Amino acid sequence: MLTQKISKKRRAYITVMRTLMLISALATAALVLFLVIYVFAKGLPNITWELLSTKPSYLQNRIGILPDILNTVYIVLATLLIVIPLGVGAAIYLTEYASNKKVVGIIEYAAETLSGIPSIIYGLVGMLFFCQFLNMKTSLLAGALTLVIMNLPTVMRTTQESLKTVPQSYREGAFGLGAGKWRVIRTVVLPGCVDGVITGCILSVGRILGESAALLFTAGFAHALNGVIEGLTSPGATLTVALYVYAKEQGEFGVSFSIAAILMILTILINLSATLVSRYFNKRRKL
Amino acid sequence: MNKKKLLENVIHGVFLILGLITVGCVLLITVYLVISGIPAIREIGLFKFLFGKKWESSAAEPSFGILPFILTSIYGTAGAIVIGVPIGFFTAVYLAKMAPKRIKAVMEAAVSLLAGIPSVVYGLVGMLILVPGIRKLFKIPDGASLLAAIIVLAIMILPSIIKVSITALEAVPKEYEEASLSLGATPVETYFKVSVPAAKSGIATAVVLGVGRAIGEAMAVMMVSGNVPNMPSLFGSVRFLTTAVAGEMSYSSGLQQQALFSIALVLFLFIMLINATLNFFLKRDKEK
Repeated sequence: MLTQKISKKRRAYITVMRTLMLISALATAALVLFLVIYVFAKGLPNITWELLSTKPSYLQNRIGILPDILNTVYIVLATLLIVIPLGVGAAIYLTEYASNKKVVGIIEYAAETLSGIPSIIYGLVGMLFFCQFLNMKTSLLAGALTLVIMNLPTVMRTTQESLKTVPQSYREGAFGLGAGKWRVIRTVVLPGCVDGVITGCILSVGRILGESAALLFTAGFAHALNGVIEGLTSPGATLTVALYVYAKEQGEFGVSFSIAAILMILTILINLSATLVSRYFNKRRKL
Repeated sequence: MNKKKLLENVIHGVFLILGLITVGCVLLITVYLVISGIPAIREIGLFKFLFGKKWESSAAEPSFGILPFILTSIYGTAGAIVIGVPIGFFTAVYLAKMAPKRIKAVMEAAVSLLAGIPSVVYGLVGMLILVPGIRKLFKIPDGASLLAAIIVLAIMILPSIIKVSITALEAVPKEYEEASLSLGATPVETYFKVSVPAAKSGIATAVVLGVGRAIGEAMAVMMVSGNVPNMPSLFGSVRFLTTAVAGEMSYSSGLQQQALFSIALVLFLFIMLINATLNFFLKRDKEK
């Protein structure tokens, strides 16, 4: 057939390229599979109820990660609580108010710059600004505020994307009925950005869970068991930071792998919910 | 009526402030890094700081030369790119153009997972598999080395390279490929000689993103690179710009701490340079 008319050189080229593609794709797939299986195999057997429900105690020679789990929950909630109004507000300003192209350009450039800055630099500046300058000391709140800056571009971008899908005619219709700008935003624009906010939340949670370098110097690495208010004002390790400390400083690889397995499960759940959410909203938009 | 107008103006103002917060954050970060980074450079001397080969921050007569860190960061990133980009590129072409729908869906989920795994998990797995593996394979006393860091970084940049390249490849107009096919090129030839060149700047963006991610990574690298301020060698323990900051931050003070801020400033300048390159590619893409 066709292939017989192709010169030897071309056929060799095709074979080489095809092999390279297949090898690369297989390598990527194998890598993911290996990572997941390895982490689960090493981590899951060590997860016990005692590990999940207690705090570490030297007296009883026991390691528990309940404080780290709680710290993670606190920091996620605190970060989202602050970053969502800020991010949504910024997105609304960009799509609804800003008429000056230069201002839009500057804000978008700033957002891009923020998303490119490595987390260690966030950690450093967070330490200088929140912990030292604003005198918050090393605390979960300082960590959360640092994470707010990190996640601001994400929430802003996802909200902006969803605002763009609100048809212009809705806004015009509302204006035509005599509504003021603020009322249009409240009644027409805000309901339209729910999906963007949810996507932004999911992505941010993923990033917060995975973050360690920015938190090491802002939120610290204590394992004390605290309530929300107490917790936010005192230092504490999130799961990721705890993993690092247990692995690198204390050589407790069993606990580290248990935390890694938990983080892996959470990552899978987050990716799954991101896919489901976007599928759900896409379907609803088509209706 | 006037009251309503006032309210509208106030709300406009509030949103303007919210919009400008990102700009404020960038300024805050830049100003803080410059202010806290300059003193040490002044005291040590710019040339001695950037090109000094010895870092002995806690010695009696300390010397602060960060050339080893700069070179390690550059070599490490370059190594990660050399390994990660080809694998990511070919995987992306396969997924964007050739893979059956179902395989593509599964693989894309896998790549997203790879992107979502926390960096400390990579570090942990690297510590327990790569480091001993390298030690045994090359018969060196300690496997925590630049090579281990390069491999971890290559894996970590893989997802961003694959994802961005796929997006770029899928944006190539169908007509280009159809024209090439109808002229007698085979599908594989079409992908590499028509689609890839057409998606060139998107793929370049992917590479630059990878560079940014690799140079900024701290924790994973800290766990596998040994963390000794040597001049970089593939099998030696090394320290990156990022890990130099992270490693000594918790116990440093005085000039030592200020020098760490200066390292962060250098790292920040590197990142800004990469951002500028990224913007260049993005803008060129838009103009087309």
